[in-house]
Amino acid sequence: MRITCPNCGERDRREFYYQGDAVALARPASDAGPQAWDDYLHNRENPAGDTQDLWFHEAGCGAWIVVSRNTVTHAIDSTTLAATVKR
Amino acid sequence: MTYSGFRVIKEGLFGQSGWKPVWRDPDPKPEYDALIIGGGGHGLATAYYLAKEHGLTNIAVLEKGYIGGGNVGRNTTIVRANYFLPGNSEFYSHSLKLWEGMEQELNYNVMHSQRGLINLFHSDGQRDAFARRGNAMINQGDDAILLDTGGVRKILPYLDFDNARFPIYGGLYHPRGGTARHDAVAWGYARGADQRGVDIIQNCEVTGIDIEGGVVKGVQTTRGAIKAKKVGIVVAGRSGQVAEMAGMRLPIESHVLQAFVTEGLKPVIDHVVSFGMGHFYISQSDKGGLVFGGDLDFYSSYAARGNLPMKEHVMEAAMTLMPMIGKAKVLRSWGGIMDMTPDGSPIIDKTLTDGLFIDCGWCYGGFKAVPGSGFSFAHLMATGQHHAPAAGFRLDRFRDGVGLMDEEGTGSQHNLH
Ligand SMILES: Cc1cc2nc3c(=O)[nH]c(=O)nc-3n(C[C@H](O)[C@H](O)[C@H](O)COP(=O)(O)OP(=O)(O)OC[C@H]3O[C@@H](n4cnc5c(N)ncnc54)[C@H](O)[C@@H]3O)c2cc1C
Ligand SMILES: [Zn+2]
Repeated sequence: MRITCPNCGERDRREFYYQGDAVALARPASDAGPQAWDDYLHNRENPAGDTQDLWFHEAGCGAWIVVSRNTVTHAIDSTTLAATVKR
Repeated sequence: MTYSGFRVIKEGLFGQSGWKPVWRDPDPKPEYDALIIGGGGHGLATAYYLAKEHGLTNIAVLEKGYIGGGNVGRNTTIVRANYFLPGNSEFYSHSLKLWEGMEQELNYNVMHSQRGLINLFHSDGQRDAFARRGNAMINQGDDAILLDTGGVRKILPYLDFDNARFPIYGGLYHPRGGTARHDAVAWGYARGADQRGVDIIQNCEVTGIDIEGGVVKGVQTTRGAIKAKKVGIVVAGRSGQVAEMAGMRLPIESHVLQAFVTEGLKPVIDHVVSFGMGHFYISQSDKGGLVFGGDLDFYSSYAARGNLPMKEHVMEAAMTLMPMIGKAKVLRSWGGIMDMTPDGSPIIDKTLTDGLFIDCGWCYGGFKAVPGSGFSFAHLMATGQHHAPAAGFRLDRFRDGVGLMDEEGTGSQHNLH
């Protein structure tokens, strides 16, 4: 698997650390209540198909990247800097 | 039909013509007392114990493919009870005891082989951690022996003991650990359940779960609607999708785990051995293939096949630990879909829908759990009460943070197990 870092270009998957579902970009407010926090921390759509997840270019530029990818085919559609998705 | 040595000889003399299919191939009935979604090891064992322990025989197992086609037929078959945390310890201890009586009980040869499991350690700190784990196992009533380098050398002379980077300091030896024939476990429980009247319905995918007013009414399948007052979801890597049919989201991410097998060799590895400084464990199957694996690929996946980096890592770890393995040729590699929970421990619980139960989150270690999970899940479905050894496997422990079972001590968060 190769992932295109928006800064560095196409790189070996081994340069990246996988964080998990991009839900991590939608952090609830601190007073959102236990259900919102449970959903954020634990509960997942876990789709068989298109998904968006967060990868960290650990052995590269150090950027967080939102990767749109298919969990069944492993095909990667697009990659975006997390910084541009969430400000 | 009962299996015996006499029977094998008799069939040999008469052209093997007397063997019959060991379970029926029934059409689904319009209604059952209970339905099990998923004909993997856990689903079949649940059906068997529902019939045997609780007299529930008007039940069916609904399997979208064929029996044994899921993870139960794709795993590396390690069976052990070397868990550390309360909640896990008593469950796996109970499960191993069921393994030890399984072949007699089912009259089925599952080739359960208690050849002993040795987890190697390579530093003082690791030795302490394993000593502590061994004590927990002994406290639970299971067996553990702490071996020093000399002790390991006697049992596993072929390892690279003086590896400059990862010298072997010793190992935690679990003599009752071992392996089994994976498909046979599925077939044995299928046969046992069928003999007690359970309908095992293959090629029957569940496509919807019918719920009215918070009460489960039945399921929709590719072979029509089926009614039932109780429904158990036991679909391992597909738990997220089936739970979604009931409007639930689970604390589960599905990941791929790979495994490998070499060409058949003469007996060379008599135990199950795991490396303590990289992702590698190995045993030799009765056909002679060296069966080995490592860790997850570490990204969510339903592909049932993995990528090259983990393959490379596993091969490197194998060469580091036992250089002789370099002479063997790898025949195949494959992957399975693992239902990973944040704390790495499973879930056996009721849901918020009346009559709907769920058994999932077995991560990469659910083969050894097949009998224990079936037994405990059947108990929960039949009585509505949690079975004591599995009482810690609650769905709400993540929300409340109470009773998390993080066996590896890495944190209760997706991607850490
Ligand atoms: C490579 C690998 C190595 C492993 N090694 C070990 C090991 O050494 N020791 C160990 O203890 N564990 C191991 N495991 C883990 C173990 O295999 C699993 O945890 C366990 O098999 C999961 O439970 P199961 O047998 O019920 O799952 P499965 O056999 O996957 O059963 C689930 C069934 O549900 C069916 N299903 C899914 N959706 C539907 C639907 N909508 N309708 C109807 N049916 C459906 C599927 O077709 C499948 O047959 C390993 C796993 C893998 C992949
Ligand atoms: Zn980069």
